[in-house]
Parts: sequence; C-alpha cells; structure tokens
Amino acid sequence: MSHPTKQFKNPVLNWIEYRLPIFSLIDNSVGSGYPTPKNLSYWWNFGSLAGFVLVIMIATGILLAMQYTPHETMAFSSVEHIMRDVNWGWLIRYLHMNGGSMFFILVYIHVFRGVYYGSHKKPRELLWIIGVIILFIMIITAFLGYVLPWGQMSYWGATVITSMLSAVPVVGDDLTIWLWGGFTVDNPTLNRFFSLHYLLPFTILGLVILHVWALHEHKSNNPLGIDVQGPQDTIPFHPYYTVKDLFGVGVFLIFYLYFVFFAPNFFGEPDNYIPANPLLTPPHIVPEWYFLPFYAILRAFTVDIWGITAKLQGVVAMVMAVLLLAALPWLDGSRVRSMSFRPRSRIFFWTFVANCIFLGYLGGQVAEEPYVILGKISTAYYFAYLLIILPFVSRTEDVDEVPESISAAVSKQ
Amino acid sequence: MADTASTAPEMSGDDGNRRDFLLNATIGVSAVGTLAAIWPFIDFLSPSADVLALATTEVDISGVDLGMAITIQWQGKPVFVRHRTAEEIETAVADDAAELRDPQADADRVQNPDWLIVIGICTHLGCIPQGQKPGEPRGEWGGWFCPCHGSHYDTSGRIRKGPAPLNLAVPPYEFLSDDTVKIG
Ligand code: HEM
Ligand code: FES
Repeated sequence: MSHPTKQFKNPVLNWIEYRLPIFSLIDNSVGSGYPTPKNLSYWWNFGSLAGFVLVIMIATGILLAMQYTPHETMAFSSVEHIMRDVNWGWLIRYLHMNGGSMFFILVYIHVFRGVYYGSHKKPRELLWIIGVIILFIMIITAFLGYVLPWGQMSYWGATVITSMLSAVPVVGDDLTIWLWGGFTVDNPTLNRFFSLHYLLPFTILGLVILHVWALHEHKSNNPLGIDVQGPQDTIPFHPYYTVKDLFGVGVFLIFYLYFVFFAPNFFGEPDNYIPANPLLTPPHIVPEWYFLPFYAILRAFTVDIWGITAKLQGVVAMVMAVLLLAALPWLDGSRVRSMSFRPRSRIFFWTFVANCIFLGYLGGQVAEEPYVILGKISTAYYFAYLLIILPFVSRTEDVDEVPESISAAVSKQ
Repeated sequence: MADTASTAPEMSGDDGNRRDFLLNATIGVSAVGTLAAIWPFIDFLSPSADVLALATTEVDISGVDLGMAITIQWQGKPVFVRHRTAEEIETAVADDAAELRDPQADADRVQNPDWLIVIGICTHLGCIPQGQKPGEPRGEWGGWFCPCHGSHYDTSGRIRKGPAPLNLAVPPYEFLSDDTVKIG
C-alpha cells in the first residue's frame, strides 16, 4: 500500500503514522481526504445513524449481560432486577429495548432510500447485497434478543418463529428439536439464544466494515443518481458531512430519548411483562412491530397448492421477502438510477412503500376476515412489485432529462 | 525437487496409479476426518441425555366429567385429554367420510372412543389451541381453535380449516385401568 502518509507537527503522531498509517486511513475514510458528492440530502444521514445505534446496542447490551441470567426460572426476574435494583438499570435496558426499534426505523428508511435513488445499481451491487445480509442478521439478532426477558410474548414468539423450521420437508421436525435442544422451547433454547444474541452483533459489525469498505471504493451515490465526474462535483467529507451527520445524530437523539424517557414501552407488548407460561398461549400473539409486515406475509398463505403445504409456502415467502431485495440491482433494469427522473417507477415505488406499511398494519390484526383476504392482496403486491412491475416499468418507461453533471445541476438551483 | 517432478512422466504407469491412490486416499481420509470433527459441534446442540430421558406421566381421569377436558404436561408439552360426549363421537365418526386435509379415521385416533388424547400443540407453528376450558372458542367443528393464525380442529383433533397441515398428534399411551392413563 502506497498511501501518502500524513505529516503532523506532533512527532508522536508522525512516529505512529509511519509505522501504521491509521491517521491517513481515518482521513481518507471520514476526513478531508474523502471526496463526497456535494448534493447529498438528509436521506444520506441514515447510514451513519444506524452505525451510531449499533454502537449503542453493543455498549448497552454488554452492560445488560453483566446483570442478566439466561435461565428459565431466573431470566424474567433478572430483567426485573435490572429494572429495579441495578443502578441505572432501567435506563440501560430502555436504551437497549428502544434502540432495537430505532435501529429498524433507521435501517428501513436507509433501504427505501437505496431503492428510490437506485443506489444498488452498478457499481454498488455488492455493497447493496452486504446490506441485505446485514438486515437479515439484524432480524435474527432482534428476534433472539426479544426471547431473553422470557415473558409470554418472548416465549410464544419464539415458539411460533422456531416452529417455522418444521415446515422443511422430511427433516423439519428433527431440525426443530435440534434447534430447541429439547421438545419445546425451553431452558436449553434460552441459553443458546443468549449466546447467539451476544455473538451476532459483532458479526454485524464485521459486515458493516465490509459495507463501508465497498462504499468507499465507489463513493456515495447521490440524489441525482449520476456519477461524480471530477473535483467540481465533490466536497470533502470533513468538515461538511461530519457536521451534517452530527446534526442528524442530535435530531435523532431527541426522537430516540423521547421514547426512552417518556414512552419506554410504546413499541412493546404488555404481555411480555407476564412471565413465560408454556401451557398458556396468549390469545393474540404479535411479533414486535418491525416484523409485522413479514408476519402478514407468513399468514397470507392458507391453501395447499400442488402438495406444498400452506405452512411451507408462508415460510418460504417470508424469507424471500427479505432475500429478494438482494436481486434488486438486476430487477431494476433502468439505465437511470434516481427515480427523480423516472415518473412511472416513482408511482409504483410509493405504492410499494404504502403497501409495506399496510402489511405491517395487517400483521398486527387477528387472523380473521377481512384481514386474511387483504393480507393476500397486499402480499401479492409486495412480490408483484419486485418481480413484475419494477423489472417491466424500469425497462420501458420514458425517463425525464437527466442533468449532465452534479455541479451543473447544483449551480442551476 | 525439480528433478523429481521432471522425472515423473517417465515413470511407469504403476507409479502414476500409486500416486493417484495416495492422493485420493489423503483427500478421502481428511474429508472423513473433517466431517467427523464437525459432527460433535453439530450434535452438541441436540437434546442432552437428561432432556431425552423419556418421562412417562400417569393421569387420573376419574374426575373428568362427560364433555370436560383436562390438560396435562408430558415431556414439557401439553396433552389434551377430552371426555367426549356421545354426540361428539358421532360427528367425529361421521366426518371420517368428509374431505380431510390429513385423512385419518376417528377409530385410528382413539383407544377408547370416550377419551380423545392428543398433544395440544397446533401443527402449524406450535401455539396451544383453545377449547379446553368451558367458554373458550372451539372452532367451527367443535374441537379446538388455534387463535394464532386461525386453525380449526374437529372433535377428533383433525385439522379442518386454517393453515395447519396436520391433525393434532396422538401421543403413545395406555389405559392402566378405567381411571388411569399412562402417557409416554
Ligand atoms: C444488533 C444489535 C442488537 C439488537 C438489535 C438487540 C435487540 C434486543 C432486543 C429487542 C432485546 C429485548 C429487549 C426487551 O424487550 O427487554 C434485547 C435484549 C437483550 N440484549 Fe440485545 N440487541 C443487540 C445487541 C446486543 C449485544 C451486543 C448484547 C451483549 C453483548 C446484547 C445483550 C442483551 C441482553 C443481555 C438482553 C436481555 C435484557 C433485556 O431484555 O433487556 N444485545 N436485545
Ligand atoms: S400456530 Fe396454530 S394456527 Fe398458527
């Protein structure tokens, strides 16, 4: 590596930089040495915010783990012990609990941003795919974490979700018992979930490093979706975007801490303050809000087709709903990235966003009419958008005139 | 080393075969060895011996009146024991001829038609169906109703409607006397 090493007045810094060029690495990543498109909007704040929340989750999680006991008879009371006896325990737990919700809000916006501005398109396909893997592992991590307090929703949520494995043909039942380490969700399940809940965030951290590495190879996309053509199109990351990201952190903290201090259980389910009871299913099981759209997709399949059970269809559809996103760079075939110049794609995109929110609403309703049929229609649109509408519209629509460069568009304003 | 390599082609076919054999044997042994080394890591997660120790449970059913049901725990799972009424038995038998998702005759699901004994875990995604206690919904076929995603079971515990693929499972059990059943 022949990075130009930085020169400092401080000899100690020079000594370090000569041996390990860490300061130039930082400078070229988030400093003045990193050229960034000059037209990034606030939609570009969500990536750094998600990273900020990941750090908060790891910090609060490590503290919680020091007072938490992963045992079926003690897990629930150890969480109450954190809430009542441990110094600042309530704060650390509420930061962690609401941090999970914040993480998903930020990441969902981050993903929709990418779809709208075509950020997944060449040459950022791998960056995008790593992102989808991060989302997938985040979903698993949050699910595992929700089991730990061992309340009624923890227990029955865990039962319903892990039972999905039993839909796998032939070996499904054995696989489920293997996953549980028993014949039901039980103490061995709780223990291994705790172990994995501690592990996976660090896997996410590793993937985030790859994600940012891939990002820095071709730099950020931008609201116009056109390539940077030269220095006139960029500004240095520091101070311009460090300041903007920090401002975003401030606004975000107001939002986040409002819930932590004034509505800490807003995103939660009261049933999870009832200790787990393996002999009593709560009448209305709902996952956490950020899983509701996927839960609605799971439930949308109720009829066996060609010998494939409704259960297997639902499970496959639910997993595909996430993994299919990895194929977006090829599903969206437009030669123009940003939907700002693609009027028809834009309409279907916003319908897709509204439909995802509607799926979330349906996921929280009981499994009765009219919700069942609405769930089917809404699920159909989810997949139709990704597999039919987007590929077709992106290849056939008339696009508006795209500005010739970022600087030309910016100076026109 | 270069000498050895360059002389190789001149060697007799026999030696070539021997080299291939050694190479394949090495690959084979390491593959088996690697798999054997991975297995403990996988099987570590399977139920441990104490969990496996098959508990049997004996239940006194003398106090269960006609039309009532009790739930007992076996291997950590709920087991439904229902004292069926004549009417319930009749519809269960009559429905043998109905269109069933998981076809099974009522007679094959009971040892004594008065008592239906099934594992109380919905075959969809593992919730415990309602219908054991008076006042709980029993679904459109008068058996059980799973509130999680709306599966209906009949008075023989067979799946009739909703996403569940299979009938409620029948555990192994035997009547020790008229009043006691041993489950497991
Ligand atoms: C990707 C980052 C993470 C996410 C999305 C996440 C999510 C969650 C969620 C949703 C809960 C349930 C909160 C509740 O209802 O009480 C939870 C609990 C917990 N998490 Fe995490 N977590 C993350 C990282 C970590 C890390 C890194 C650790 C440990 C080093 C950790 C340790 C714990 C512990 C001990 C609990 C149980 C205590 C409690 O329920 O408050 N978490 N987590
Ligand atoms: S678990 Fe019973 S219907 Fe889904």
